[in-house]
Amino acid sequence: MTTLTLGKALNAGMRRAMESDPKVLVMGEDVGKLGGVFRVTDGLQKDFGEDRVIDTPLAESGIIGTAIGLALRGYRPICEIQFDGFVFPAADQIITQLAKMPLRSLGALKLPVVVRIPCGGGIGAVEHHSESPEAYFTHTSGLRVVACSNPVDAYTMIQDAVRCDDPIIFFEPKRRYWDKADIDLDAPGLPLDRARVVRPGRDVTLVAYGPMVKTCLEAAAAAEEDGRDLEVIDLRSLNPLDMAVLEESVQRTGRCVVVHEAPIFTGLGAEVAARVSERCFYHLESPVLRVGGFSTPYPPSRLEEYYLPDLDRVLDAVDRTFAY
Amino acid sequence: MTADAPRGVDAPPDLVQLLTPEGERVDHPDYDIELTAEEVRSLYRDLVLVRRVDLEAVALQRQGELGLWASLLGQEAAQIGSGRALTTADMAFPTYREHGVAWCRDVDPVKLLGMFRGVNHGGWDPAEHNFHLYTIVIGSQTLHAVGYAMGVQRDGADAATIVYFGDGASAQGDVNEAFIWASVFNAPVVFFCQNNQWAISQPMERQTKIPLYQRASGFGFPGVRVDGNDVFACLAVTRQALRNAREGQGPTLIEAYTYRMGAHTTSDDPTRYRLADELEAWKLKDPIERVKAYLFKNQFADQEFFDKVDAEADALGKDVRARCLAMPDPKPGAMFQHVYTEPHALLDEEREQYLTYLAGFEAGGER
Repeated sequence: MTTLTLGKALNAGMRRAMESDPKVLVMGEDVGKLGGVFRVTDGLQKDFGEDRVIDTPLAESGIIGTAIGLALRGYRPICEIQFDGFVFPAADQIITQLAKMPLRSLGALKLPVVVRIPCGGGIGAVEHHSESPEAYFTHTSGLRVVACSNPVDAYTMIQDAVRCDDPIIFFEPKRRYWDKADIDLDAPGLPLDRARVVRPGRDVTLVAYGPMVKTCLEAAAAAEEDGRDLEVIDLRSLNPLDMAVLEESVQRTGRCVVVHEAPIFTGLGAEVAARVSERCFYHLESPVLRVGGFSTPYPPSRLEEYYLPDLDRVLDAVDRTFAY
Repeated sequence: MTADAPRGVDAPPDLVQLLTPEGERVDHPDYDIELTAEEVRSLYRDLVLVRRVDLEAVALQRQGELGLWASLLGQEAAQIGSGRALTTADMAFPTYREHGVAWCRDVDPVKLLGMFRGVNHGGWDPAEHNFHLYTIVIGSQTLHAVGYAMGVQRDGADAATIVYFGDGASAQGDVNEAFIWASVFNAPVVFFCQNNQWAISQPMERQTKIPLYQRASGFGFPGVRVDGNDVFACLAVTRQALRNAREGQGPTLIEAYTYRMGAHTTSDDPTRYRLADELEAWKLKDPIERVKAYLFKNQFADQEFFDKVDAEADALGKDVRARCLAMPDPKPGAMFQHVYTEPHALLDEEREQYLTYLAGFEAGGER
């Protein structure tokens, strides 16, 4: 067992991917000498050289566009987008090219490109540094979208993402980068498209991913003191959704609350709620409720504690599921 | 020049030309080319055949067999000249108008029609021809080409990459980012800009205040302007730029100064925005006529040769037409294929449900 933070676990996962396949590259702004603004790529350039860990010009569309070209030549690039709010200059390349090129080629082309995006708020940052843009990408066919929530998953999921022949948007919960866990560096992870029940419970199913998994676990611990037994599911994969795990859980508990930082309106929670309602209609004791961001831009950081779902807002929703 | 004066008719400065519109061979201090009579005849044949395929495709669109077609009429020399400069190992990234380059890369012309007929979004294997898929989003492919060239660089391969785009695309952010990346990484890539004077309805003055080839100097690599209707010059200039790229001298921007003789696509009506005089003036610079004149003058070909090429072109046109009409519509299930390379639970479920739904009709069910 090795104790690693989530950021270091990602680093160790990328390192292992690069060791096992010389075609794996890391590219992005400041990923080399600096090791990335969050130090997630720390030391990789020193060990793998500037040809494999590429400090790019400051141009996000260029990062993804050239990564596509490198993938067409047989490379497996891991791109870092420095912050969630900076992915939009690259959105055209991601949505019109990366996601659709394999289809355009009738299967002749594979684009094994991983786009890492630190996401979410809670670090007191300025505008564009705290966003949760996952729904823009889950809405795009051809992309797989995943989110890690803890160091153990971060370590295996990044390696699985690199091995996958489809393009993957890989969300990293930036405020959890410093969370620690013991990791067995040789243990295989759960497959990339599978959800995990991280805390079994009988009364309500809490569905979360990325940074909100920890919040939900804290809510579940608090609820236990009130005699409520909450189940917490970490989706891990946002597209596709692992409906089997959700269905099995909600059919047992009869109640479901989806929690994410992104605005609720047309967010991933809406999709989860619709699907759970379709599949578990006769098991539900209450509507599926959502806890998330408001229909506002992400607020100035002095207000983020009011904006971000926390333990109390999650428990408030849990209470409301019992009001039906 | 007034706003409504014909554009691009007078020869611009700094134009590399090796064959005049009258079919006279001229010298240029920096570029030269030695071509045998056989090679010139072969270039002529290419030019005539791709024009014929293009003409057939326009006709197929007019008859409702294609939803759309982007004609290359007038740009044959730019495409054949640059396309024939490529080695087998070189990689080409086209827009959606590079039918002539596709021809040079041995892509079956019928495969180009698939996306315009609406049976697929592409449909050839880029690796088989070293000719990437057509890209519709303007300028996106320039970054793909630079990335590919960076891969070539890492492989230590003896190959270059060429990417096609137009005067309109030169305004796109991606193209400018591609210039920067190619420059700072010294990528083995040739940027081949066909300046056909018009981006749908907008003249090049709406995209640039300086000659396009001069943009390169601001990015730190050479730019050259070539007569895009001169197949000799396009071949010579592109060959040199590719060689420089392969030898580690980095990127070159080639501006092929040409003219879009037809509409932007078959959906467009150029009479709304440009003068007939302009078209007439450019007809005198036709890329095929000047090669024909050259072949005649030098007695490198006789009437029998020209008749033979015309007959071959007609046969090719007929063949393309027949095989276009025979192209089957895809089955509904095809839209679910190739979206992902690996199994995807959501898509698999949707496909199964929809095919089951459709099967209900086949079994005689009512809607």
